Amino acid sequence: MDQVITTFRQLYYVCKASNKKIYEVALDNEVAKGEYSEYTVRLQAKKSLDAMKEAIKIGLKSTEKSPSGMSGDDCNKLQKSICSSILGDTARKIMIYALATSEQNLRMGTIVACPTAGSCGIVPSVLIAFAEDNNIPEGEQINALITAGEVGRLVSNKMALAGAVGGCQAECGVAAAMATAALTQMRGGSVKQVINAVALALKNILGLTCDPVCGLVEIPCVKRNPFLAIHAVTASELAMADIISKIPIDEVVDAMEQTGKLMSPLLKESSQGGLAKTKTAIALEKNILK
Amino acid sequence: MRQSSIIDIISPIMAGPSSSHTAGAVRLGLLARNVYNTKPDKITFKLYNSYAHTGKGHGTDKGLLAGILGFSVDDVRIKNVFDTPEAQELNYSFEFLDDFNRHPNAVDFIFEGGLNMTVSGDSIGAGEILLTKINNFSVNLDGKYNTLLVVYEDVPGVISAVTHIIQEDNVNIASLHCDRSGKGKDASMCICVDGELSKKCLNAVSDLKKMYIVRYIKKLES
Repeated sequence: MDQVITTFRQLYYVCKASNKKIYEVALDNEVAKGEYSEYTVRLQAKKSLDAMKEAIKIGLKSTEKSPSGMSGDDCNKLQKSICSSILGDTARKIMIYALATSEQNLRMGTIVACPTAGSCGIVPSVLIAFAEDNNIPEGEQINALITAGEVGRLVSNKMALAGAVGGCQAECGVAAAMATAALTQMRGGSVKQVINAVALALKNILGLTCDPVCGLVEIPCVKRNPFLAIHAVTASELAMADIISKIPIDEVVDAMEQTGKLMSPLLKESSQGGLAKTKTAIALEKNILK
Repeated sequence: MRQSSIIDIISPIMAGPSSSHTAGAVRLGLLARNVYNTKPDKITFKLYNSYAHTGKGHGTDKGLLAGILGFSVDDVRIKNVFDTPEAQELNYSFEFLDDFNRHPNAVDFIFEGGLNMTVSGDSIGAGEILLTKINNFSVNLDGKYNTLLVVYEDVPGVISAVTHIIQEDNVNIASLHCDRSGKGKDASMCICVDGELSKKCLNAVSDLKKMYIVRYIKKLES
């Protein structure tokens, strides 16, 4: 393969022409670029997957508060909830894992930035909770993570995955798009279904602001992780029913890039607007940063 | 232009809480440390825009300092870096500034000592970084390649002489970025290579006439 893949459209046609899965074409593409071998990519995916599982394991047990004291015990609360989940056990587990990872992050614990640290709970929670409940072998989990990685890579070729550049749509939004790709892949979705899931997830998160209270990755970041993990599940459910995004994914990414540029810097990780400037946020700021 | 890799997206494994503001800060510090390459008497960190406004909450100050001290992005000492013996031996300070002409996540490292040097960089997202300026020269360093940085007098034939020496080492050049402060004044070259340059090659470059700075900047491991 000579041509390096830069768009989802290309990815789709190469998969179709070669009758390969997204992760197979993605690995071919990494090798074609000449910087990494297939082994190196798979090894990093395995290391990252292990680190994600470790972060969940520690996060599930910990109730240590963040240095600010604002968060750190929500995972514990959800685990103890006596109210049964209307979404089912796997969905509840996804939310718990997302909180576990995200709370490890705010403790300055070890996590995997996937794609970023603020959004670190989304891909692992969806991937690992589903894999556990459906006995997905490790090799397939790695394939799912590579599928997710390819989605993130293609978006990042268009726009930087940073809240300060594109708002939260570029962080948690892209993480949800990656998570739905991993999930749809593990559910046996076709290439078309995976790509549609990505389009549906991204399309429905455009314009999400990044306005962290006190400039900390806590409010709203921690709880946003379980919310967007379930967003990824919704996208996969629709895509598996062959529901099509009328706007093709490459155009959704263009729209996302434009939206990021049009958003005020006050709403892009500067904590100068939105939630960060509410009365309560300002009061919290006085308390914490004094 | 270099395409990003799947590896960039599903890593790094890092100490939280922010890839751009914590891990990116560590990586900027590590690369700036490799550029300066000696122990400074004093270092001033100037943080701009989002780095200035939300940096403290994200541990950006801790990350930048940890990088300068050579800690990797997943080092558990980052959380309490100010209390480490390494930090207490160093004379450092922070400034927090606004400049809308700079990237939202921009930083200047101002090194003072035997050699004074200002290194500027941006954290461009997902832990990816770019050093953009060394003193008054524009550079393009992302820490992904071993890089030869040369500052020299702007006279004919230097680019050819340096690239010839690299060719004799049988090393491929991935990219070459040149700049100068003015005709016949100081000039700079940033040469990213595939593989490793030998000691012999670096000595040969240093032995060329009118070389002011010759630095071999190793790629970042994490």
